[in-house]
Amino acid sequence: MSDTAGSGGSVKLKIRGAAKNFGGVRAVANVTADIQEGEVFAIIGPNGAGKTTMLNMISGFYHPDEGNILFEDHDISNVGPSKIAALGIARTFQNIALFRGMTVLENMMLGRHVLMKTGVLASFVYWGPAQREEVRHRERVEEIIDFLNLTDLRKAPAGALAYGLQKRVELGRALAAEPRLLLLDEPMAGMNQEEKEDMVRYVLDVNQEWGTTIALIEHDMGVVMDISDHVMVMDMGEKISQGTPDEVRADPKVIEAYLGSTDHKEVA
Amino acid sequence: MFHRESGYFKTSYKADMALYPLPIGKVAATGFVLLFLVVAPMVLDEYYLSIINIAAIAVVGALGLNILLGYTGQISIGHAAFMSVGAYTAANFAVHFDMPFWITLPAGGLMAAAIGTLVGLPSLRVKGLYLAIATLAAQFIIEWVLNHTPVISGGIQASIEMPRPVFFGTVLNTQSELYFFILPVTILAIIATLNLVRSRIGRAFVAIRDQDIAAEIIGINVYRYKLLAFAISSFYAGVTGVLYTYYFGIANYEAFQLPISIDYLAMCIIGGLGSVLGSIFGAVFITLLPIVIRVFMETVGVFFVDGVYLAQVIAQMRLILFGGLIIFFLVVEPDGLNKLWQNIRNYFRVWPFSY
Ligand SMILES: Nc1ncnc2c1ncn2[C@@H]1O[C@H](COP(=O)(O)OP(=O)(O)OP(=O)(O)O)[C@@H](O)[C@H]1O
Ligand SMILES: [Mg+2]
Repeated sequence: MSDTAGSGGSVKLKIRGAAKNFGGVRAVANVTADIQEGEVFAIIGPNGAGKTTMLNMISGFYHPDEGNILFEDHDISNVGPSKIAALGIARTFQNIALFRGMTVLENMMLGRHVLMKTGVLASFVYWGPAQREEVRHRERVEEIIDFLNLTDLRKAPAGALAYGLQKRVELGRALAAEPRLLLLDEPMAGMNQEEKEDMVRYVLDVNQEWGTTIALIEHDMGVVMDISDHVMVMDMGEKISQGTPDEVRADPKVIEAYLGSTDHKEVA
Repeated sequence: MFHRESGYFKTSYKADMALYPLPIGKVAATGFVLLFLVVAPMVLDEYYLSIINIAAIAVVGALGLNILLGYTGQISIGHAAFMSVGAYTAANFAVHFDMPFWITLPAGGLMAAAIGTLVGLPSLRVKGLYLAIATLAAQFIIEWVLNHTPVISGGIQASIEMPRPVFFGTVLNTQSELYFFILPVTILAIIATLNLVRSRIGRAFVAIRDQDIAAEIIGINVYRYKLLAFAISSFYAGVTGVLYTYYFGIANYEAFQLPISIDYLAMCIIGGLGSVLGSIFGAVFITLLPIVIRVFMETVGVFFVDGVYLAQVIAQMRLILFGGLIIFFLVVEPDGLNKLWQNIRNYFRVWPFSY
């Protein structure tokens, strides 16, 4: 099944020569990488390196101009975002994209949209199948709310929560879909140390206890080196390095990319 | 303390998700149904029942438009035209095929849903003002087509006489008889809407309204759901058109022109966007407004206005008040009458303490 020699598990996501241009801007250029089943895969790189664009291509938000992307050996390069969500990929955004007017609970129930089936007629009637489905999924959502320690806030409007909590709710909404691949775009950005530690714990728990494959973009090198199995480094749209955290840290190209960029992110 | 949240604990998710989480809600709703189904027809005469009838019909249409406008965030200025589609469908079915109301009602609804979905097609590409213009165009196109297609709209003046509805052999002629035909449909529409908006599909509609990009990412096919909202919404409009047709005894496109579309938009805005209760408030309010103005002018206004001009003044007053109210609610209270009601309710929820 796997074509990457030496790896034990199977490959969850294959990126094959993916490229994306915006007008004259080469956002992603010829990136090839594998994300292994069950791992935490980090994408790092200076601002504007093309990390978010890479994630956007995986989640179907953009389609690659060249190359392709395979999820569980299924070509998703030209599949739309709602379809990709239904296939089992969920994500969070760099700029939180919650349904601000809705409660935490409603946001998470929406996360389960792809897992629910109730059609129009059953919705009108409600009592019976629709209600049973609601209750069943509500139970699962409550477990996630518990897991994320959001119990007291389940009826609070998501938009009224503090920034760090909103990030947590967005993670919850993605988890609610029970994805097999979870994409996190800077889940810890803008958080204080304590919130970061909480978030790290949630991410690791999801990965270890639920076995969910996770790809995340993160600027905090300490966090990245601690939690990832593999790291891919991007700069100016290209993949400049990939390997275990230790390998990447020692790569001269990585050090140069970071020191060469105008804003110095802390390289551990 | 059955009107308050404290002292009443929900012990299951099912109870927490109930339509009326507090006992007082259930009691009040049951009370209202009894009041309208039992008490009202006993104590009110034909005139008042005819007013309730027309308001109840408007409630169905307002609910439908609010599903599209308030819940899904898509505008339609063509709703009156969708009603006319339902009206002529039902009239043709009733006249040519002798169909009973329980066929003509869904048939009118489905035909309107089909046309409404077609009109919703541009919603993939266009939003806001552009969608408004597209649906406005639909309003005029449908009017024109009906007016110029005698096969659909009958011969003279594009009108078809509608036979009275028959219920188990009884012809429903009087207002009190029609009352028992219209009100159950309205109650059904209210319950169906309450159920829709608290289920998966209703949540998806609101998600599209609030954040269509995030909606797509969590797996909602935004375009499909927008079309679904158009379909459901115009189904309600179609049913509304059928009810009007039975009520007036005639299907005529002149009863479904642009001002009626605007009336329904006003019902949603004044009543409260994205609220079932608001749709009811708005429909009743907009229906009663001209009646109240007329009664007021005929009793009090005659002292200020010369009798010859009275009819004119009444018509103008309606327009002025109407426009003024829309602006007032858009600017001052965008959540409409429903919000005012909530404020009153919240006040009593903690009564007698001020907070
Ligand atoms: N929709 C778009 N239209 C035009 N240019 C875009 C678009 N999205 C991204 N870009 C450009 O592509 C490049 C890569 O952007 P991207 O958002 O992927 O970077 P990033 O690595 O996520 O950066 P950051 O760390 O700041 O989030 C940037 O030059 C950006 O301006
Ligand atoms: Mg980014």
